[in-house]
Amino acid sequence: MKRRTRRIGSKSIVNITLAIICLIWLVPTVGLLVSSFRPASDILKSGWWTVVPHRGNLTKEQIQLPKDTDLQQQIEVKGTLYTDEQLRAGIKAPDGSRLIWENRRARLINVQEPGWTMSKNFTLDNYEGVLTGKTYELKQPDGSVKKEKGSDLSRAFLNTLVVSIPATLIPILIATFAAYAFAWLKFPLRKTLFVIVIMLLVVPLQVALIPISKDYAALGLNGEFLGIWIAHAGFGLPLATYFMYSYISQLPKDLFESAFMDGATNFTIFTRLIVPLAVPSIASISIFQFLWVWNDYLVSLIFLGGQEDVQVLSMKIANLAGSRGDAWHLLTAASFISMLMPLAVFFGLQRYFVRGLMGGSVKG
Amino acid sequence: MLNASARKRGVPLIAMWSVLVPLLNLFVHWRIFIFLRDSALHPVVYAILAILWGVGGVYLIYWSLNWVIEQYSNTWRRRIQPFLFIGPAIGLLGWLLLIPTIRTLVMSFQDENSDKFVGLANYVAVFTNRILLTALRNNLLWVVFGATACIVLGLLIAVLADRSSFERLAKVIIFMPMAISMVAAGVIWKFIYYYQPGDDQIGLLNAIVVSFGGEPQAWTTMTQPWNNLFLIAILIWMQTGFAMVILSAALKGVPEEILEAARMDGAGEFRIFFRIIIPFIATTLLSVTTTIIVFTLKIFDVVMVMTGGQYDTEVVATQFYRQFFMFQNNGYGSTLAIVLLIAVIPVIVFNLRQMRRQGEI
Repeated sequence: MKRRTRRIGSKSIVNITLAIICLIWLVPTVGLLVSSFRPASDILKSGWWTVVPHRGNLTKEQIQLPKDTDLQQQIEVKGTLYTDEQLRAGIKAPDGSRLIWENRRARLINVQEPGWTMSKNFTLDNYEGVLTGKTYELKQPDGSVKKEKGSDLSRAFLNTLVVSIPATLIPILIATFAAYAFAWLKFPLRKTLFVIVIMLLVVPLQVALIPISKDYAALGLNGEFLGIWIAHAGFGLPLATYFMYSYISQLPKDLFESAFMDGATNFTIFTRLIVPLAVPSIASISIFQFLWVWNDYLVSLIFLGGQEDVQVLSMKIANLAGSRGDAWHLLTAASFISMLMPLAVFFGLQRYFVRGLMGGSVKG
Repeated sequence: MLNASARKRGVPLIAMWSVLVPLLNLFVHWRIFIFLRDSALHPVVYAILAILWGVGGVYLIYWSLNWVIEQYSNTWRRRIQPFLFIGPAIGLLGWLLLIPTIRTLVMSFQDENSDKFVGLANYVAVFTNRILLTALRNNLLWVVFGATACIVLGLLIAVLADRSSFERLAKVIIFMPMAISMVAAGVIWKFIYYYQPGDDQIGLLNAIVVSFGGEPQAWTTMTQPWNNLFLIAILIWMQTGFAMVILSAALKGVPEEILEAARMDGAGEFRIFFRIIIPFIATTLLSVTTTIIVFTLKIFDVVMVMTGGQYDTEVVATQFYRQFFMFQNNGYGSTLAIVLLIAVIPVIVFNLRQMRRQGEI
């Protein structure tokens, strides 16, 4: 009995600790998501967490002091004297309300009372600005209106798709062919070639980038989609080959023998028998490769560059973060758009995703 | 048997096909490439064409070449077909990884324009030049703090999740950052670290500091080299989920009977954890560690987005980028790449050993 209560006690400690860790893990993403729906001026004025109801000071009325009030002297508000310092920090008046400058230069004072408050302004403007690239109006904290150009992300989104889909399917196709040969065909140097594939699994991309970009310059492939497909195909191949090999080599031998008996060639065995059987494995590694390409920054930075007509999402966002680091309304919305695809894949195809990731974690 | 028909067609015809089909492939795909490169199509049309060509084209190459091979006699078909299957893979790997590695190695012994050999001068520079040394030191910080924290936290969370009432939910939450790009993660954390003078902070970290009466800080630029730790936190946020998922699977493989027996003998939970569970999952622990170390060594995106390598946050990969693509210094660039390669060689050896043990090679 005693033992049991101790177990329950330790279980709630476990639950609470884990809940706190989960909260810490979740908060950064939530902050981004919430901010992306807040008006630009609000983002810069108050933290995103103010959207949660919290105890705060509600402004009940405003007092306009004479414009010539001397801030060096004691300032009289509602019959009591305060210093400028006190009004800047906020000070309790005798009736329990709180006095604080709204606008010191205009000599305007807020009379506040404690109460529940929350920031309730939400907007889709950020997404509109980021997706269409249209100029839209921004309300500044001081009330003036500033016109600002959005950033055309829809083109970048499209470009990312154009890069990602072939850069996923091409290497997977090539790798599956190769995996079949490694697993079931006899040819000279089979073992040596396979060892090379294994060695290349963790080789850092950096060792290949300089020579390839020289070759690409000679072939006119820099800044071309074809170039980046080939690059991603090459970089994704060792892993995809190894991943597919570990599945295909486990298939029962009888399968092939009976197919050969029926007069099938290797090509028909491959397309009619192996590929359909390997669909779950192909799905796992494809998802991994797709997300890898989708999220890639380095390879597109070097082989695709920042030209508007080929630029991908990660490039666009990294540039935005570098050139307009304070434009949080654009940055948050843009980042969230770039996260949509990975998150959809993550939540929609979780089983394949985890399997691909566990097999694919060694990628160079 | 089957090859009778093939033999009947005659050698000259087969030879013609063997030459014609590859040439035709080359010509057709080159024309399509030129057409797509030079045409001013609507982006959506372009995208669809490009995707169709990229995917369909590769399959058609295999299919057409295979058709040629199937015209051969049985013996030759059996000899040549494997090379059709692995040929493209080996070709791409050779062109894009294997040969470049050798070329980079050669360039690391040459001057900045790769004109003449300079011996070990580049390597001496990498280990003496202040900026390059900073990059090396920071990579070490990343590996030591980042990888360790990922493993320890991952293991801790895996153990906690195993005993909690919401294992699945907790795992999804911890694992989710793995799905998003490092660029997006950089933006997320840049917002958290955001600094502006005064008491009104919109960055979460500074808001917390201010609410406890502290002074707000510009986290990613302040007291070097400790600002690196704030960048490393991003890696930990992203990679802990990976360690957790794999270690959690390993933890579930520890036989319940052994644990029960130990409990019967009066062993405490901590003792059980360090004496039984840890040795049991040691192999998994090792492979997760190597994986995360390899990942950490190549860290690039996070640093570029957060600081661009300023304020002494440069790492080897960012220096590599800067040396080659901005300063056009092939020598330093290649040398840095080779330094990364040397750092992962133990992992390559480890991988090969593992696979030999599993009988895969």
